[in-house]
This record gives sequence, structure tokens and C-alpha cells, in this order.
Amino acid sequence: MAALLEVKGLKAFYGKTQVLYDLGFDIAEGGITTLLGANGAGKTTTLRALCNMVRTEGTIRFAGEDIMGKATEEIVRRRIAHVPEGRGTFTSLTVDENLRIAAYTRNDKEAVAAERERVFSYFPRLKERITQQAGTLSGGEQQMLAIARALMLKPRLMLLDEPSFGLAPLIVVEIFRILKRINEEEKVSILLVEQNAALALDLADYAYVLETGNVVMSDKASVVKNDETIRKSYLGY
Amino acid sequence: MPSFPKKWLWVVLALAFAVPLLQPILPEIVSNYRLFLVSTMIIAAIAVLGLNLLTGFNGQISLGHGAFYAVGAYTAAVLMDKLNVPYYATLPIAAVVCFVVGFLFGQPALKLEGHYLALATFALALAVPQILKYKWLEDLTGGVQGIVLSKPEVPFDIPLNEDQWLYYYCLITMVVLFWAANNMLNSRSGRAIMAIRDHYMAADTMGINTARYKTVTFGISAAYTGIAGALSASAIAFVAPDSFNIFLSIKFLIGLVVGGVGSLTGSVVGGIFYVLVDNSAQAISTFIKNDLGLQFDLSAYTIFGLLLIILMYLMPQGIVGGVYILVRRFRRG
Amino acid sequence: MQQLLEQIASGLANGAIYACVALALVMIYVSTDHLNFAQGEMAMFSTYISWQLMNWGVDFWIAFVLTIAISFVLGVVIERAILRPLHNAPVLSVVVVFIGLLAICNSMAGAIWSYLIKEYPSPFPKATFGIAGVIGPHQLGVVIVTLIVLTLLFLFFRYTPLGLAMRAAAQNPQMARLVGVRVDWMLALGWGLAAAVGSVAGMMVAHIVYLDPNMMSGILLYAFASALIGGIGNPGGAVVGGFIVGVLENLVAYAGNMIEKTTGIYIIGNGEKLTVALIIVIFVLTVKPAGLFGRVVVKRV
Repeated sequence: MAALLEVKGLKAFYGKTQVLYDLGFDIAEGGITTLLGANGAGKTTTLRALCNMVRTEGTIRFAGEDIMGKATEEIVRRRIAHVPEGRGTFTSLTVDENLRIAAYTRNDKEAVAAERERVFSYFPRLKERITQQAGTLSGGEQQMLAIARALMLKPRLMLLDEPSFGLAPLIVVEIFRILKRINEEEKVSILLVEQNAALALDLADYAYVLETGNVVMSDKASVVKNDETIRKSYLGY
Repeated sequence: MPSFPKKWLWVVLALAFAVPLLQPILPEIVSNYRLFLVSTMIIAAIAVLGLNLLTGFNGQISLGHGAFYAVGAYTAAVLMDKLNVPYYATLPIAAVVCFVVGFLFGQPALKLEGHYLALATFALALAVPQILKYKWLEDLTGGVQGIVLSKPEVPFDIPLNEDQWLYYYCLITMVVLFWAANNMLNSRSGRAIMAIRDHYMAADTMGINTARYKTVTFGISAAYTGIAGALSASAIAFVAPDSFNIFLSIKFLIGLVVGGVGSLTGSVVGGIFYVLVDNSAQAISTFIKNDLGLQFDLSAYTIFGLLLIILMYLMPQGIVGGVYILVRRFRRG
Repeated sequence: MQQLLEQIASGLANGAIYACVALALVMIYVSTDHLNFAQGEMAMFSTYISWQLMNWGVDFWIAFVLTIAISFVLGVVIERAILRPLHNAPVLSVVVVFIGLLAICNSMAGAIWSYLIKEYPSPFPKATFGIAGVIGPHQLGVVIVTLIVLTLLFLFFRYTPLGLAMRAAAQNPQMARLVGVRVDWMLALGWGLAAAVGSVAGMMVAHIVYLDPNMMSGILLYAFASALIGGIGNPGGAVVGGFIVGVLENLVAYAGNMIEKTTGIYIIGNGEKLTVALIIVIFVLTVKPAGLFGRVVVKRV
């Protein structure tokens, strides 16, 4: 099966500083892929590069189409949902408005309404807080809202940047369980960036390990998980 | 920022001092009116230098330097009108008064950055004409009518006419002020002033007393522009509130931007430039109305406005900075 | 007492104007962090356009609507053509460009329509409008029209998808891009709306202050004061701030008048309007930069 996302020779820069060097990887349709690596390996930058949020060179093909150099909002409109690092919500808008804005690009009202109900079935807590300002939600709830917001785009590919960041372990487990369900039930492919490699490898099918802007190895998640040398040298656990 | 090459500086200065002496030889070209015009350019250059010290070198944006110009002009006018102070003695007094006013305004300005300081000074510029008309000041300022003065008299029976003397008076003042500014900027204090502009946090942590430097720079800047104001009161022999409106401050801004933000030489170019455009726009406007018979009041501000915008795109370093960069590029091949 | 009431009523009418211009300033500020020093002159230019339309025989209200539409388009064009390339420019460049815009609007209005003061009609019929002894027909009309405009804007931002997208783009542009909002266009639309609201203020106030190229400078300063009092970045605050400043302005003049009457000492009057605004601006900036209503980021609804 052809890959949903093909990345070749990806370079990214902050100003004049190059952060990614010739990165290449594929994401299979329907799977969960994870990018692992130490701080500063370029994981977050890779996600940002995919949405053209940093200066980028190389090729990025999504569903067969070259999306390199397209504006962020145009890439998003091709149904790539990006859940950024930290709390990816509009803090001064209500939960309801956060979900409505996510469906801004879509014209099919009925489908959106149905989607909304499905999103609430994943995150029943959000429904209770529908009129609340996003900034007043707990950290876990904000992360849920960010994922819910991404779902409202009806994405084919979801990019998740450290969804576990700063959250209590129990909540992280809950969120990861929901991600698994989303992947299976909604047929959403997921690209997950995680600091917590053990957690990510449990969820993912395939893993890439990054070091200073290069892919140093890649394999099935189960293989990486059980390879002690890799774990010790790159993942630090 | 480029500094003017030393040998050329002397040549230019010598030429500047020689110009009035050419009057008997070339009476058509070096007319009294033209000498007067150059005097106003010199005054403009000093005013722009004042603004440049604050905005260009210290990074504090001011849209209200017309206010300090007004304070300088009125200080000089009141001193001459009410206390019969000789015109040359008004310059230091105006400088001190403006320094104090600028220093005081610099206090609240410490809390303001970027857009907010621009707003506060913008408000100041708008309010100046009204403040000058304030009833309690009327006895001093002459209210809406303003104050009529006499032109500087030629001292010691020097064989010069009024315009020639005014020219030298302005030129000497300018040379002294630019020399002082140059020395200050090349000193430790000058480096501190510019460090505050470029690396505010670093300057603060390096132990530079940023608050004092900023307020003192505000004072010095106001003093420079105030001296220009005082000179203009003598030169034009008249002050009135409505000539110190927001557009005066805009002229200084155009001088700053055209000449170059943070350039001493640029301040001269900027001052010359805005006086030139101001005058030629009037001439063009008269031409359009009288000779072409069109009902179109071309004002210099259309040109100023367009230039302000265009320069921000093409030559953010100002004309002097831009030319310097072009020359350097050309030399490199 | 009667006089005081009149002063407050006319203060509300002025306040309505300030509220409109303040709202225009805030709309641009929240989305770009820029203070538009040319907002007043843009409104003045729009008002001249409406005058020109009426001069060609167009009815007031048709000219009113046309001018709003033209101003909207001009605002969008100015943003796209002039401000777009300056997105990451230093503050000084942006301020300079705004001042350039101010100078152009002012001098072009003078060039095209001359600097002579012109009368500007009031669309509110004398017989049916106003409450005798309290508020004049034009003043009441101004308050009503501006309140309608402000309500429409509120409904737009609150309940339409486009309004929501504009708010999202203003609050967090990068996030807004990530949900597919074309942020650049939202900024341009914001400029258009600001110019449109400003034009309403200009057309409402021109009957009171007469039409001339410098008619808006004082109003702009009061609008800045209003926006600051309301907490710049807070649209609701700017509107309330406008009314507060409008009434305050008249009360100060009224108090000055009373003092002069009773003691014979002149302290403050109509001639000090701009000075009062200057003091408000500097006072709020230095003492209470968040304004009266602060910047309400977190609030439970």
C-alpha cells in the first residue's frame, strides 16, 4: 500500500540555523507512527515543517500530492490536523466555539453535527463544559479539547505533539486509550511525537528515532521496544 | 552606521563658511532669501538631530518632538519679548528649560515601550497648540496671536547683513551641537545609550543604569530640539501656537527617516530635505493653481506621507544609510 | 440641574462617536498589536467621500451605506497593500508607516476638497427627534445609529462563523491557521471593518464639528483615551470607555464653567479638550495600563 505521507530530504531552518538535515520517512495509511528522540532532536520541528510553520526544503507528499511550500491553512484544508505542543486551544473562546472554529472550513452542516456528537462520545467531559472558556479547563481537559478540535476537521492524518506533556499519569493513560480508539474507529492515521518513549511505543505500530535532525533508525515499534541497545543509546530508558 | 569621512568634513565646513562671501560675486545664485532658506535647513537639521538622539540612538520613539521645539521657541520668544534678553543668551536658557521638560516627560516614558511611547508623544504633539493658548499663559505667550520679535542684530559692527549673520549664527550653533553630539556618542555614555537600544535586557544586567540613561537622553534630545526651536523663533521673528501642530512633529519624523535613523550625517540630510520639499511643494502647488488653473492644493505632506511609506520598504536605513550600503556593494563589485 | 443633564446627554453623544473610533482602534490592535495613528484621518477621508456623494445628489442614508462599503474596501486594500509586507517589521517602521498614512489622508483630503470648512447635514428631522431640553435631535440620532452599528458588530463577532474565525485569528494566529482559517484575510477584513466603523463615526460627528481635514484629530485622541480606559484589547471596554470619556469630557468642562462662574477663576474649559485627553492618555498608560476593565482572559460564562 502506498504511504499516506512521504517525506524526502526534509530540511528545516529557524532563521539561519538548520535544525533538520535530510530527513526522510513514510507514514502508512491507517497506522500510528511515532517520532522518538531526545530533546532538540527535531521532533517538534518535523511536525511544524509538515505544516509549513518553519522555513522548509525538501519534498513532502500527502496522499500523492506535493504539499511542500503550501500555506499552513491550505495544508490543513487537505485534512491534516496538527495538535501543537502545550495546550492547543483558543483559551479565550468557549469549548463550543473551539469546536465550531475547527469546523470552519467545512460546509456539510449535518456531517459536522454528527461529528460533534461522536467527538463528545470520546470526550464526554467536554460536553459538560461546553459553555466554559477553554482557559478555565484543567490541563487534561484542554488537551482533550485540542484533540477534539483536531477531530472536527475530519482529518486523514493527525499530528500530535507531546500529548502527555505536563499531565498526570492517569490522564495520560486515558488520553492514549482514546487515541487508540480514534485511530481504529475513525480510520485516522496518527503521527505521534513523544518524549515518553515507552508510552509511545506501546501505542504505535512503527517508530523513527531522530538524533540532531537525522533519522538514525526506524523499525516496527515492537522491535524498537525490545531492542535494548537502541533504548539505552537513544531513548534513555 | 557610517560616519562622515574626516577630510571631507573639513572641506564641506569650509565651503559652508565661505558661501556668504560669494554673495558679491554671484548675487543671483547666493541671494539673501537662499541664505535664509539654508539657515532654516540648519535649524531643521538640529531639530532632527535632537529626535535622532532619542529615537535613532536610544530607541525611544517620539512623535511629539514638535512639543519641545515649541517649548524652546516660546522660551526664547518670551525671554526676548518680556525680559529683553539678547537673542544669543536665549539658546542656553531654552536648552536648560527643554532639558528639564524632556527629562520630566522621560519619567513616565520609562514605563512605555514602542507603540505606547509613540501614542503618548503623539498625544503630546496634538495637544501642544492648545496648551500654548491656555488662558493663564496668555499674558506670556500672547495667546492665538503669538509674539512678534525682531531678527537677530549683527554684533560688533561686523560688515554682514541680517541674513548673512543669521546664517553664521545658525551654522556655528549647528557645528558646536553636532561636535558635542559626536563626542557624546563616541564616549562610554554614548555606547551605553546605544546598548540600551540594541540589547535592552543585556544593558540592564550589565549594570548600565538604563532608567537614568533613558531619561537623561530624553532631556538631551529635547534640549537639542528646543535649541532649534529657539533659533527658529529668532530666525522667523515670530511664534504662534498653530505652527506647532502635529505636522511639525511629522516633519521631524520625515527628516529622521529620510536622513537615517541613528546617523548624525543623516540628520543634516534629513533637515535639508524636508525644508526643500516643503518649499518646492508650495511652489508646485502655486503653479498648479495659477498656471494650470486646477483646483488642487498639493501639500508637501502628500509627498512626505508617500516617502515615509516607500522608504520603510526600500531604504529602512534612510537615504544616507542606503547610499552607504549601495556604495559598499559597488566597491565590492 | 437642567444644564448638567444636558451636558451628560451631549457627553453620551460624543461618547458614542469615541466608542466607534475606539472600537476601530481596538479591532486593529487585538489582531496586529498595532496602534493605528491614521484611524482618525481615514474616517475623515471617508466622511469627505460621503459629502461628495451627497454633493452629487445622493440621499443621505444611501450615501451613508455606500460610504461604509467604500471605506470597508479601502481598509482592506490598505492592509493588503501597505501593511501586509510589514508583518515582522520593527515598531518604528510600523509607526512611521501609520504616520505616513495619516499625512497622505490629510493632505489628499485638503488637495481634493480644499481646507475650507464645510457644513455637513444632519439626517435626523428636527420635529420628530430629540427630547426637548435634554438632548437635541442630532445627538439622539447619533447615539441610536452608533448603538445599532455596535450591536450589529457584536452579533457578527459573536454568532457568525466568520466573526468567530476573525476572533480566533486575532487571539492566536498560528493556531487559527491550524484549523484552516486564512489568517491574512482575517486581518484585512478586520481593517475593513475598522475603517467602516470609523467612517460611521466621521459621518455622525461631521454635523457637529463641521467638515474639515483636521476634524478628527481631537476625536482620535479621545478615542485612544477611551480605548485605554477600557483596557486596549477589550472591544467591550473600548465602547464603555468611549461613553465614560464622552461624559467625563463634558463634566470637566461643566465643572470648569461652574468654578469660573462662582469664583471668577478660569481653570479649564472647552479650549483644553485635547490637554484633558493627553492627561488621560498618559495617566492611564503609566498608572493603570490594563485599563479599568483589565484584560479579562479567563472568565466563566
